[in-house]
Amino acid sequence: MMGTKLIEPGKHFLTGNVAVAEAALLAGCRFYAGYPITPSSDLMHHIAARMVEVGGVFIQAEDEIAAINMILGASAAGLKAMTATSGPGFSLMEEGLDLGFMLELPAVIVNVQRVGPSTGIPTLGSQGDVMQAIWGSHGDRASVVYAPSNPQECFSFTIEAFNAAETLRMPVFILSDEFVAHSYGKVVVPDHSEIRIVERRRLDESSIGKALPFKVDDTVPPFAEPGKGFRFHYTGLMHDDRGYPVIDKEVTRKLLSRLMRKIEKHRNALVQYTVLDEDFAGSTMVVVYGSIYSIARTAYRRDREFRRRVAVFRPHVLWPMPDRELRSLVKELGIDKVIVVEMNMGQYMYMVRSALLDLGVRVEQLNLTPGFYPSPNELKEMVSKVMERG
Amino acid sequence: MASRALPPPYKDIEDLVRVERLPTIWCPGCGIGIVFKTLLKAIKEYGDDIDRHVIVSGIGCAGRFAGYVRLDGYHVLHGRAIPFAVGLKLSKPQLEVTVVSGDGDIVGIGGNHFIHAARRNHDINVVLINNLVYGMTGGQLAPTTPLGARTMTSPYGNIEHPVNIPLLASAAGATYVARWSVFHVEQMKRSFLKMFKHKGFSVIEIISPCVIYARRNRMEILDMYELLRKMCKVKQNPDPREGEIDIVSGKPVVLGEFVSIEKPTYESLYSELVEKVRKNE
Ligand SMILES: Cc1ncc(C[n+]2csc(CCOP(=O)(O)OP(=O)(O)O)c2C)c(N)n1
Repeated sequence: MMGTKLIEPGKHFLTGNVAVAEAALLAGCRFYAGYPITPSSDLMHHIAARMVEVGGVFIQAEDEIAAINMILGASAAGLKAMTATSGPGFSLMEEGLDLGFMLELPAVIVNVQRVGPSTGIPTLGSQGDVMQAIWGSHGDRASVVYAPSNPQECFSFTIEAFNAAETLRMPVFILSDEFVAHSYGKVVVPDHSEIRIVERRRLDESSIGKALPFKVDDTVPPFAEPGKGFRFHYTGLMHDDRGYPVIDKEVTRKLLSRLMRKIEKHRNALVQYTVLDEDFAGSTMVVVYGSIYSIARTAYRRDREFRRRVAVFRPHVLWPMPDRELRSLVKELGIDKVIVVEMNMGQYMYMVRSALLDLGVRVEQLNLTPGFYPSPNELKEMVSKVMERG
Repeated sequence: MASRALPPPYKDIEDLVRVERLPTIWCPGCGIGIVFKTLLKAIKEYGDDIDRHVIVSGIGCAGRFAGYVRLDGYHVLHGRAIPFAVGLKLSKPQLEVTVVSGDGDIVGIGGNHFIHAARRNHDINVVLINNLVYGMTGGQLAPTTPLGARTMTSPYGNIEHPVNIPLLASAAGATYVARWSVFHVEQMKRSFLKMFKHKGFSVIEIISPCVIYARRNRMEILDMYELLRKMCKVKQNPDPREGEIDIVSGKPVVLGEFVSIEKPTYESLYSELVEKVRKNE
């Protein structure tokens, strides 16, 4: 199946982590640096072998700080690059992520969530890093956060994540968890020619001497490869179109608003969600994402009565948030209660609440104990209890 | 614009200087400018395609180095210039990647990366400008600060044993290790040329007087130049164990080439590995 080539079209049976790794290679990732941490290590084991086979670069970094900075260096050299980690390692990468945002370097960061805070429970999954992925930054930044719910989505979301990173020139996140990462599932790989692969826009050498690194009419400047004679300077300091550090109100406003506008401008292409509302005749909506969605979906599929009582809204991409879409659905379906089901002490719930603030809808939280996955039946019971709370 | 033209001794490197960014942030009397001029002269003299050279700097006064060089340059995070440089080099081996940064940046906060990049013998260059202090942030204790020296965070005199950079570099596995001072411009340049040619992890430490350090230790900057000039001793192939710096008690600062050996680089071993694996498939 694997061989020296890229994963073949057809049906495969893969874990979420392996699906991410294979999709990355198919998307053109040719640089991986990482540091071992449960439950992401098996992704690195897989790619350690496969990256050599496809002729890319694999390196085990001395720590996660090195890993993120190495992939930024690789991206600066023009390669598509990725790292995978879990909570504690993700925390160590934060400063590097912001550098990537400032230097406008595409990269994909996979966080296979485990139970935190601190060392928590390394072997069990959770959804505790949602806030960190979306907001974990000094200063303002906005990126794209994918939340796959099964191996098939691990595969397709990874390809989309690379495309988004290249399009937007920024680090992009895949937030999976131990449950998704280690469950096996069917992964259908389409014909390679049918897979859309995006490459970053590049300056060609005829513009040497004229082009500036950060001058754009649009939101995303074209990329210049080093070593060609562009002689560009890049800095994490606030900088002008030449990439030179300056302390200036106009320059600061212009750069920050352009960086933030990248997401706003591409929002409609990035936002994705699923709605389950067949048989729906009630007034309650469940908002759920990632691995917990796959459990909720099973409960939903199995029980017609449950389908009558709840509609399910599930963002594929946590950020940018499908808030406008959620609002119109809530109105359209006549929802008066929204239950946000997540495996943490309440994170995405705050964003749902603020999205629906003025609609007079009750937003309740259903917080699953991190690490301890309910069965579909148990989940259904818990949802019913919250519904009965009046 | 008059203030932005370079003085005559710099004419030959003017095309490698971002003249429009002058004046630099470096204090009058700072030693970094000497390293700047010498490195750019070496790049010119090396002769090879100049656009292959890339400069990566961390954060600090020395960390501003990349920003004044008219080459592809990256001013990255405090302590993280080395892993960024490793990513660049592994991805584009034809680049000649040189890290220029401060002592605090490279062996303080970035110490772990320094050790492991040396151990793997990455084919990159590290120019470590050692001013014995954290200059940019106002003169705090650095891992290089000599015993007894005063800084903002050792107001009664430093009680921490400083790091011996040549010993650390050689123990970690660096394959070219030298130390010069800003008084040894010719030797410095020859070392830079060797470093470009050398296949493997090169470390060149430059002892550089700092206005902030001098002030905290109640010296005029010229006194500090005089002090260092007197204390620096060039030796033929010194032992890295002789690299300890103890200027407060008056021991000489040993300069020279501590290590110059051949060892396969990570880059060459990696490309051989890829070739072998792909052939066997
Ligand atoms: C993560 C982080 N911590 C602290 C700082 C603040 N900081 C900037 S430069 C510097 C010290 C630099 O010292 P050194 O590397 O010796 O360079 P010098 O300024 O002396 O040339 C520090 C602590 C920072 N920029 N980032």
